[in-house]
Amino acid sequence: MKMLNRRSFLKGGLAGGAAIAAVGTSKQALAGTQSFGGYPDSMGVLVDLTKCVGCRTCEAACNKEQGLPEPDKPFDDPSVFDERREGGLPRRTSEKAYTVVQKYDVPGREHPLFRKVQCNHCNEPACLTSCFVNAYRKTPEGAVMYDPTVCVGCRTCMVACPFYIPAYSYSSATNPVVKKCIMCYETRLKFGRPPACVEACPQEVMTFGKRKDLLKLAHQRISEKPEAYVDHVYGETEVGGTAWLYMSDVPFDQIGYDTHLGTQPIINYVKEFLAIVPMVLTIWPALFTGFHLLSNRKDAAKNEQNNS
Amino acid sequence: MNSLKSQGFAPVVSDLKKDGSEWTVKEKIMLGLSPKEYMAVQLRNPFNWVLWAIYAVGLPILVGRFIFGLGWVTHSSYDYPWGLFLGWGLFTMVPLSASGFMMGTTVELFGRKDFKPIERLGLLNGLLGYLFAVMFLQVDLGQPWRLIYPMFVSLGPAAVLFLVAWHVATYLSCQVAELVPAFGEWMGFPRAKKFIKSIVLGLTIAGIILSTLHQGALGALFTYAPGKVHPLWYSSPFQWLHFFVSAVFAGLSMLIVVSTFTKWFMRWRCDENYLGNLSKLTLGLAKGASLALITYLVIKIIGIAHDNNWQYLLSGWGAWFLFEMVVGVILPLVFYTTAVRNGNASLARLGAFMAVFGLALNRLNTALIAFNWKLYQELPHWRELVIVITVYATYIVVYRAVLARMPILYTWKEKK
Repeated sequence: MKMLNRRSFLKGGLAGGAAIAAVGTSKQALAGTQSFGGYPDSMGVLVDLTKCVGCRTCEAACNKEQGLPEPDKPFDDPSVFDERREGGLPRRTSEKAYTVVQKYDVPGREHPLFRKVQCNHCNEPACLTSCFVNAYRKTPEGAVMYDPTVCVGCRTCMVACPFYIPAYSYSSATNPVVKKCIMCYETRLKFGRPPACVEACPQEVMTFGKRKDLLKLAHQRISEKPEAYVDHVYGETEVGGTAWLYMSDVPFDQIGYDTHLGTQPIINYVKEFLAIVPMVLTIWPALFTGFHLLSNRKDAAKNEQNNS
Repeated sequence: MNSLKSQGFAPVVSDLKKDGSEWTVKEKIMLGLSPKEYMAVQLRNPFNWVLWAIYAVGLPILVGRFIFGLGWVTHSSYDYPWGLFLGWGLFTMVPLSASGFMMGTTVELFGRKDFKPIERLGLLNGLLGYLFAVMFLQVDLGQPWRLIYPMFVSLGPAAVLFLVAWHVATYLSCQVAELVPAFGEWMGFPRAKKFIKSIVLGLTIAGIILSTLHQGALGALFTYAPGKVHPLWYSSPFQWLHFFVSAVFAGLSMLIVVSTFTKWFMRWRCDENYLGNLSKLTLGLAKGASLALITYLVIKIIGIAHDNNWQYLLSGWGAWFLFEMVVGVILPLVFYTTAVRNGNASLARLGAFMAVFGLALNRLNTALIAFNWKLYQELPHWRELVIVITVYATYIVVYRAVLARMPILYTWKEKK
């Protein structure tokens, strides 16, 4: 028994050592003061919103690839663009659609602008860091995956997601789960192939590649045609960076993007609380036992007198 | 029951009947009445009629939630994943149940034995509040049968909710242990009491640690949504402190509120030790609550100053925020302090009702009303509201049933 314990201890130690060696190349990671910042060679998608014509081929491709239920309206029906959910907002991702295209009529722009919405696959996802059963993982390829077999259904991930992406199959009584884009990880990304929506797009709105290369490409395009784009790649820095990146000719805040998200990953806002947890656990017992001794000192003194 | 007592009925207060024979457990459950008398009392009580009406509507809907799913009882909102079940059932019920650890601390840790007559009510208020918070959670979770997954199946220890889950579970057992003496006396197991007495300091300190962290953690849960909660209700460095400190006055105020109800509606069950000390103890609790209230008021202002959110005070949201602060914090503070100064327990009780209202408003604001302030307001589905009322009614039923039986409001007369 003892031997076994020791062996497993050694094993654990070796694994830990290997892990440290693996990140050892980066001193910042060891120092623990930096954010994770994402896997170095993770993949991403660059979306050039100026090219999108709103044909919704990507939606159809996603539906087919992920085996989603048939939509209420066919994919060639443009009337969905005028659908409004509560608050006059355009339709969003749902349990039946992992990606949706929204239409924005921008004053002064010749054509309406179309915007494709799906999970942005954050470098440090809020859904992942808020999950208390570890149902999410970020793969080195860049996808944010969800494991429905351990999900309890607390829906904190939906509260935490700054992009309002995860949906929930409320209609199921026996097995409700979170529904969101997984970047076609199981069927495509794992094998180095682009997601179905990217491949299906007839306008070549989306470019699939390594995230760091896509960023270079985006900035190159902007500097080549500064009049055609706003000088910002949405997703480069937002909430610590996302795998999906966007270029637009209209300021992002006019086309439904939240431009007040900041550059910190969401978990950074929670760290101040997380830091006090071990302190309370260790300091409180002594502190309050001390208070107890202090407030009962008269009784204690009396007892001593009685005993002597 | 109050009228019955005025006619000479004597409730169970010890193991022995007047004639010296022992009460059986069945008789104790029947409050020492014959089955016929017991039924008559139940049927006569108009509050029970209200409860039956609630159950007639609520129970089928509650059952329906588990047959047809959450989609049948809520708006199935993706934008508002949390509704009244958590907004009320978790975020409001838990701070209102902070009385358990507050009373444990006061009596056992600080040695204020003068609060003893109300200590058990505080502990019970804590235990039942947490128990029903878990009930509400079970209604809300998509897959409630996986409740233990974060404990044993798939652990996400870096998540705030992980801490909440573990702490609420541990703290529940802690509170059960703290109430074992009351149960032991009633059931006639004196040894249980002795054992708990030997570990009570440990239990109390564990209670303080767990309460500090999970009350704070409930606030910290919202730090995952920095852009979604209105800045006046959000503060990433202080959210946990705001929630913790408000839980302190909320727990004490809720204890005053509940004790007021017992004084009004369950007088038959209270003994002289409890009733005679209640005004004095109410003022004592009011004193503690006012200290927490002034602290809370100041740290709320610091929160606004820290993030420089002053300009929001001039908006509509600011007016709503000021309403919450004036009615839910400042007025109770004024009432409490005036009450303490003049020895006016009734005024303290008014303050307590307002502080409880203020706390509830704050939690509902944070979780629902000022949540998604940039999007739209969502009104809960009527079935969601019915379920909340039904579960809360059950909380009241259980609360009343325990108070009527176990030595919470009265002192058990030990066998000589």
